[in-house]
Amino acid sequence: MKLKLHVNGAKHTVEVAPMKRLLDTLREDLALTGTKEGCGEGECGACTVLIDGAAVNACLVPTCQVEGAEVRTVEGLASDGRLHRLQRAFLDNGAAQCGICTPGMMMAALALPKKSSLEQIRAGLAGNLCRCTGYMKIYDAVAQFLAGEKR
Amino acid sequence: MMRLPRFQYFAPRTLKDAAGLLSHWGPEASLVAGGTDLWPNMKRRQFTPTRVIGLRGVPELHAITGSPSTGMTVGAMISLTALERHDGVAAMWPALAHAARLISTPPLRNMGTLGGNLCLDTRCNYWNQTLEWRKSIDFCLKKAGSICWVATSSPRCWAVSSSDTAPVLCAIGAEVTLLSTEGERRIPVTQLFRDDGIEYLNKRSNEILTAVHLPPNGGEWRASYRKLRRRGSFDFPVLGVAAAARLDRGVVVEARIVLTGVGSRPHEATEAAEALVGKRLDDPAAVATAVERAARLAKPLDNTDFALGWRKEMSRHHVAAAIADLAAAG
Repeated sequence: MKLKLHVNGAKHTVEVAPMKRLLDTLREDLALTGTKEGCGEGECGACTVLIDGAAVNACLVPTCQVEGAEVRTVEGLASDGRLHRLQRAFLDNGAAQCGICTPGMMMAALALPKKSSLEQIRAGLAGNLCRCTGYMKIYDAVAQFLAGEKR
Repeated sequence: MMRLPRFQYFAPRTLKDAAGLLSHWGPEASLVAGGTDLWPNMKRRQFTPTRVIGLRGVPELHAITGSPSTGMTVGAMISLTALERHDGVAAMWPALAHAARLISTPPLRNMGTLGGNLCLDTRCNYWNQTLEWRKSIDFCLKKAGSICWVATSSPRCWAVSSSDTAPVLCAIGAEVTLLSTEGERRIPVTQLFRDDGIEYLNKRSNEILTAVHLPPNGGEWRASYRKLRRRGSFDFPVLGVAAAARLDRGVVVEARIVLTGVGSRPHEATEAAEALVGKRLDDPAAVATAVERAARLAKPLDNTDFALGWRKEMSRHHVAAAIADLAAAG
């Protein structure tokens, strides 16, 4: 089935089974491999992407459900070879270790309100597991990004 | 990597079409709302419907209408995020918004819906496993087997009711609308559930849960919800206690206490709630009686997280805490 998708501001037409997971369509058909598969059952958050601004687990979204919606993945952050402020904050704070949770963490962080408190950041990222358990530095990076600080 | 089995997907645009499809395909078909329960279960081959009817495209299911003085109707497809953030719902029944906020994780609440949470499949350590795992110890009663692995001499399935919104909706006296090609009926949420791990809903296989009706509340009712789980996120309730009370000048006129996570349906602790009637919410003797009676009702089996004895003990603590929350809400 031909489906029209909006991903990171670009229009794509893909020929996929309508029930193919958005995660697989992104990775296999659009070569956007930044979105990672962790558990495949909505229990880890590694595949978090934004659909119309809301963070969701791409492993539980059938591709046909996002026709007409705006999908944003980690590839949509940097532009013209320049890192997004959120990516810069992760770099500055050493917030990535093995890296598998990092794209999902960033997408979940993007959906948080500006000036979130540490408590709000923790609650907002509570759907994303870091297997390296490097949460403190992740919270630091997200807090720096949301506060609009520059180093 | 977990893949979905093959099935045919329908995306009806009207309730009439959805009901028609469901009636046509019968038990071969499953309804899907947000998919956060059904898709993982299908990936583990707990369910393998050959047809799935998605309700996302039906506009009537996405509305919240009414007001605190008339009561509110919440469409079944309202996401748990939208529910927890709705000003009217939060003003009228803050305990419902609170319970919604305690469900799983932020991304899953963006996808999961109120209707889906009410119809959530019952859960069990021996059931929420992959096909290979279940096959290796031999299938259980809930599907394809002839034994209950948590109570091996039991003729029934003891899978656990694990919805966080269900106990609150029971406690506040909410109702649901069920629709089929034969018409629609409206029943109290307390009557939606059955004490059976397999047939846990009084929803006929051709019916769609379309809306949840919240009773009016101008401040005469207070409600609370306490949840026990291992982590502050992700986990289903191992125990949940909802309490609601109507007060007149500080004295309880009507009260309800509902326990979840301790049986195949939310359990209403009627006698426990009666101990509060005619008393103040901070009356130590009345609260102690209510706690004792409610805890006697909590007879969990060893099929969820945590040690069994501790779970029983915690039912005492959580009932007391839910009542204390009511007292503090004034």
